[in-house]
Amino acid sequence: MSTLAAPTALITPIRRGVPAVEVESLRKEFRRRDRRAGRFAKRPMTALCDVTFTIERGECVAILGQNGSGKSTLVRLLSTLLINDGGEARIFGYDAFRDTRAIRRLVNRVSVEASFFKKMSAAENLSYAARFYGMGPSQTRTAIPEILERVGFPSDRRGEAMENLSRGMQQKVALARALLTSPVLLLLDEPTTGLDPRSKLEVQEFIKDVRAEHDATILLCTHDMAEAETLADRVGLLDRGELLFLEPVEDVKRRYGVETLEQAFFAATGRAFEEEHDEDDDYREVFG
Amino acid sequence: MTAASVAVRRELVGLAGIVERNVYLTKRYFLWDLAFMVWTIANTLTIVFIARAAGLPPARENTLATGLLVGAVIWAFLGIIFEFMTETVAWERWEGTIEYTFMAPLSRSMHLGGMGAFAVLYGLIRATILFVVVAAFIGIHAPEANYAAALGLLAIASVSFIGIGMMTSVLPLISPEKGAQLGFVAQGMMLVVSGVYYPVSVMPEWMQALAKLSPATYAIRGCRAAIADGAGMQWADVWPLLVIACASIPLGLVIFRRGERYAKKHGKLKRSG
Repeated sequence: MSTLAAPTALITPIRRGVPAVEVESLRKEFRRRDRRAGRFAKRPMTALCDVTFTIERGECVAILGQNGSGKSTLVRLLSTLLINDGGEARIFGYDAFRDTRAIRRLVNRVSVEASFFKKMSAAENLSYAARFYGMGPSQTRTAIPEILERVGFPSDRRGEAMENLSRGMQQKVALARALLTSPVLLLLDEPTTGLDPRSKLEVQEFIKDVRAEHDATILLCTHDMAEAETLADRVGLLDRGELLFLEPVEDVKRRYGVETLEQAFFAATGRAFEEEHDEDDDYREVFG
Repeated sequence: MTAASVAVRRELVGLAGIVERNVYLTKRYFLWDLAFMVWTIANTLTIVFIARAAGLPPARENTLATGLLVGAVIWAFLGIIFEFMTETVAWERWEGTIEYTFMAPLSRSMHLGGMGAFAVLYGLIRATILFVVVAAFIGIHAPEANYAAALGLLAIASVSFIGIGMMTSVLPLISPEKGAQLGFVAQGMMLVVSGVYYPVSVMPEWMQALAKLSPATYAIRGCRAAIADGAGMQWADVWPLLVIACASIPLGLVIFRRGERYAKKHGKLKRSG
């Protein structure tokens, strides 16, 4: 990562002695149409409800939850893409809703959809993203091939339009985009969802490598319990906007007297992990 | 390097990145742009042929055709600027990249400025091609035309156009489905009061009052004078354009930021359903 590491700290000093992420009573609501109450009536729908947790620097924390549980809302709040309705969030001591410029230099994100300009190539998309972080052509000329090689992207396909690449390939480029800017906090929002087993393993291995070699804090949101167990130091469960626990996997199992995270989910919520679906979930999924 | 100069450099690199991306996309969509150019030429011809049908003596017909052509070219130029500015949000939402762009540490002024800078460069190229092709097709004679003055006026007016484009580019943030179309409504409203194909004096007084607030009024009037009569840049056209530019850019940024805040508050930045 030698050519990639410089830009972040030059402008946004990373404060020592503070946690990487501090979230306190964080709340987010959306308003949804309520046809039963009238044609134009709306009612609030809670996406996150008084969520509180801390992530230490260098830690990898996984937040588990079903579709619509509020995982993506949490990631969007921490990446300055949503404004809270209550509570606080701080990233390396910076207020996530006031010091947005400082935070944007420290954070990057990989989401479930590898969103790119489809007609542009991987190299062009990465170059576009890097410019936003102040990386000029002299830096990206070496950094882009280097990072693409690290994620196992074939060099002969760098110039190919994104629309011609497989989903797994696109997700590798998404990882490369996030790491190109040397974030100190990496937000991974279901990075392996929809990938074939081989691509999934490759991406998971890469996340492990990044943790081992790069001083990054990782917040991984997923509904894949095995993935959470493999990658994270602590695992949290977000259910209908509420964080039910956040602790090491063994502590979770001990607390509920169970052998698997699926069983822990059932013990914590009274529902099986796969079965949940209610009227609000469709709405939550739109935003969550 | 001081922290301030590093920050300025990063902002400029970001602005250049926006321009660079639009160059890539323009290359990829070249054939579509070519088709759109043909449509613009055809559309402009339908307007300029009106001069032929007017049954005027050749000299007056030439003046009328020149006036119509200038109006049509500025309409097309403004259309390009508004289209690109509106795409700041609309295109990125369609591609799904909007969240990555909006969470990047680039100031919104540089972000929108990059879109505007490319739109002006691209718009000027297209406007020039449009003018040359239609003028040659119709056989417009403009031996005294002062093209430098016309381009200079258009460049000054572009700053105001970008500012107004910033205001309209926020519309897709507020209404993802219909916001982009509203940008075209704003463009039409501006041109109708600016005397795009007729003198401002033929409009009702209240519309003439509105014309004074539109940068297109001064751009069209100045460009007509420069091309038909060979006039230079007139201070009477330049100073209103400068004043409107100074007001529209900050106002555009304020409106865009408010729209962005609204979208972030209500979860409208990205819609996946």
